[in-house]
Amino acid sequence: MASDPSRGETAERLRHLLETEGEIVRPRASEDNARREAAYDELADLETLRTEARAIKEEAIERLPELIQTVRTAVEENGGTVYVADDAADANAYVADVVDVAEADGRSDHDRPSVVKSKSMTTEEIDLNDALEREGVDVYETDLGEWVIQVADESPSHIVGPAMHLSRERIAELLREEFDPDVEFETAADLTAFARDYLGERIREADVGITGANFVVADSGTITLVTNEGNARKCAVTPDTHVAVAGIEKLIPSMEDLEPFVNLIARSATGQPISQYVTMLTPPTPSPTLEFDGPDADEPITASDGESDREFHLVLLDNGRTAMREDDQLRETLYCIRCGACSNACVNFQSVGGHGFGGETYSGGIATGWEAGLHGQDAAAEFNDLCTGCTRCVDACPVEIDIPWINTVVRDRINRGKDPGTYDFLVDGLTPDAESGSGVPLDKRFFGNVGTVAKLASATAPLSNWLAGTGPVRALLERTIGIDRRRDLPVFQRQSLVDWFEANGGAEASRRRARVGTALEREAVLYPDVYTNYVDVARGKATVRTLEALGVPVSVPSLPESGRAALSQGMIATADRRASELYGELAADIDAGRDVVVIEPSDLAAFRREYERLLPEASFERLRSNSYEICEYVYGLLENGADVGALSTADGDEPIAYHSHCQQRTLDLEAPTTAVLERCGYTPETTGSECCGMAGSFGYKREYYDVSVDAGEQLAEELEGSERVVASGTSCSDQLETLLERPVPHPIEVLGPDR
Amino acid sequence: MTTDTIGRFERSLAALEVTSEVVPASAASERIGTAVDDPAVGTALPFEGASLPDAVTAEPTPAELENAATGVTPASFAVAEHGTVAIASSERGDEPVSLYPDRHVAVVAGSDVVADLGDGFDRLLEGFSDGRESVVFATGRSATADMGGLVHGVHGPGEGHVVVLEDR
Ligand code: SF4
Repeated sequence: MASDPSRGETAERLRHLLETEGEIVRPRASEDNARREAAYDELADLETLRTEARAIKEEAIERLPELIQTVRTAVEENGGTVYVADDAADANAYVADVVDVAEADGRSDHDRPSVVKSKSMTTEEIDLNDALEREGVDVYETDLGEWVIQVADESPSHIVGPAMHLSRERIAELLREEFDPDVEFETAADLTAFARDYLGERIREADVGITGANFVVADSGTITLVTNEGNARKCAVTPDTHVAVAGIEKLIPSMEDLEPFVNLIARSATGQPISQYVTMLTPPTPSPTLEFDGPDADEPITASDGESDREFHLVLLDNGRTAMREDDQLRETLYCIRCGACSNACVNFQSVGGHGFGGETYSGGIATGWEAGLHGQDAAAEFNDLCTGCTRCVDACPVEIDIPWINTVVRDRINRGKDPGTYDFLVDGLTPDAESGSGVPLDKRFFGNVGTVAKLASATAPLSNWLAGTGPVRALLERTIGIDRRRDLPVFQRQSLVDWFEANGGAEASRRRARVGTALEREAVLYPDVYTNYVDVARGKATVRTLEALGVPVSVPSLPESGRAALSQGMIATADRRASELYGELAADIDAGRDVVVIEPSDLAAFRREYERLLPEASFERLRSNSYEICEYVYGLLENGADVGALSTADGDEPIAYHSHCQQRTLDLEAPTTAVLERCGYTPETTGSECCGMAGSFGYKREYYDVSVDAGEQLAEELEGSERVVASGTSCSDQLETLLERPVPHPIEVLGPDR
Repeated sequence: MTTDTIGRFERSLAALEVTSEVVPASAASERIGTAVDDPAVGTALPFEGASLPDAVTAEPTPAELENAATGVTPASFAVAEHGTVAIASSERGDEPVSLYPDRHVAVVAGSDVVADLGDGFDRLLEGFSDGRESVVFATGRSATADMGGLVHGVHGPGEGHVVVLEDR
């Protein structure tokens, strides 16, 4: 169990980041995200491209040992060298040697060897700059953002935009302090001009140019560099020695495989259709080397007559990647092309930036996979809980990585406090009680088993509500399981939805009531999720009334929890057991042709996404294809002849603001709700914010309360002017009701017939 | 290629704030002369009947390259969809000449303007099998947003101009 001070410290650290870096990161990341969405929308074959890119990566990682051999042959045939480095120290020592030799037969007369670099997360990962500097080498970053970070002596806060957290004013201040320049720094153009001149000189003088590589084409030995500034090209071709440092996962089989990535990477990273410079360099290149100093400066650059004396070294870094490749759960991380889209799409990243939502090197949602694989689980533990599983990154990722799942798996491993690699049984062959006595923190077990808690609280309501509202109890809850005392607690209903339904005659009576409407010959099982059953009972009742009015008889059996709550705490074993239990109970209904209707989007998302990992394939398929989100279901009924007049309709243009749910959007289920609202005479306006920030238990936790409210406020701001607001998720409603101080019902409560 | 493809190419370039003109090869030399800022450096043009004007220094020295305001190079092909020019590395120094000076003037044959990235990749792969194995797809002007606002002309050119040879 996390001790109280550490929760407090985390809260404090995140609060500080919210106020400092988050203020600057949010507009930039969310703009990039919006641009990415627009650039994706332009691609008619987006999904085909993503699937293709994914397949290429899968194949490349599968064939990795062979591709390493292939690239070695290709590069050596071209006249270059390949070095496969086991770890950071190995890679750094090799590069230092190359620099040493280049300097010894170097052309420049300065005292210390010098290196210019273009941006590379891989060299960040191995701390190459520090290692070279310890060897007496001057290292200059030439990507402007990376250079600013170097001057500031900070670490990158974003995979693509390393200085995303620094304002122009702060950059100007940093450069003034460092260089005491004669010119004024007023505008971004001033700063850029200064950097261009200063770094231009460094590039012209350098002994060695170091680049990363976005892709390495195995069969031709081609390095692909994707940049907007042009610095990577300059670093690669100006000095006569070029070192490219790349993780082994950057290998793709052949040039043909490059196209989908070139099509996707700029779109996903910055929302551009293509980057300014997509360099496909097969070193050593025929380009003449350039001596800006000394006698050669006045000889034509072509004087060497095609006899290029270029040297090229490809350093392929393992550093844990081979182990990741063998880890069934982490392998997917290696498909990552480091575009940063998952960071931009993430509401919590937007709030605190990569210095909060990141580890030693990498940041954002996928950082959990990278850090756990490269630096060990502890490196991921610090920020992993900032992933709430909202899934907004899932559509953003150009290689279709299930980023939330990686976060869930690593969370599970962290919970258990054991080494990765030995836990493949987490997903297959789980023991039912794996969570008990396994070191899973108390708070996680509490939230992961929230259904049991809710049942008890409902049975003892209103006493439980009254008790939970008292000062001493709030203090106790905060101290033990970390529920922030500022957060309103759910109010439990004494009569659950299931009990209410039974008290009203159960399925039998429902069949009678439904006969009044148009007979559609469908029957539905309403899944009573924890919140609908014990807290938001009203939306459950509205659902029953709606379905009956549309001619669909309903049953509301008492069913097990979906496991969603457990999953969000990284308790995969518990979730797995829940999934099987639930499927077992629903199987007979599905066999009988009944449709499973779900109100809470996060539970439906479990059925449609995560259950794929938890249930046998056939069971998963049957549940997935027979379950519906309530408004999606209503839409289907209306499309099939149900009478819209049976619902509560408005007069045609009544405005209504609708916040869909993050997971619902990932499932493409925002549209059916807006369509139904429209058919019922409303004019829905949807929100742009990715997530309300509440995300189930996240917003309750003391260490994340401020981050949660920060995200919620962005959303609340969008909705302030709307008189009528509806939201699909319980969490979203709770968050919005607190911030907007008025009721935020589920759409079905507005649409359901009054009775 | 069809006029339409060239038209599309020019529109893409315009959207990137890169100017362009379509001229016969015989007028290329004169048009390039007008398009460059002095001092200008360049690499030989492989198009029949088109050559660099005298004002453009071919086979520049590093010192001339460093001081040049404009670099003129041929492009192996161009992609209309994005306004991309493909510059192949060569012993003549196409790569540095297209990269160092603040203004880049690219010369491309009209028949080498292809419609979209897919066609561009076909051309790229052809080049690869012919041994032209280092190529940059350059699209628009060098840019950065790292200094707190979008600025063009960082390490690469901040201005661009493309001369399309209509009869080549
Ligand atoms: S996980 Fe996907 S979205 Fe995130 S950086 Fe990697 S490739 Fe981009």
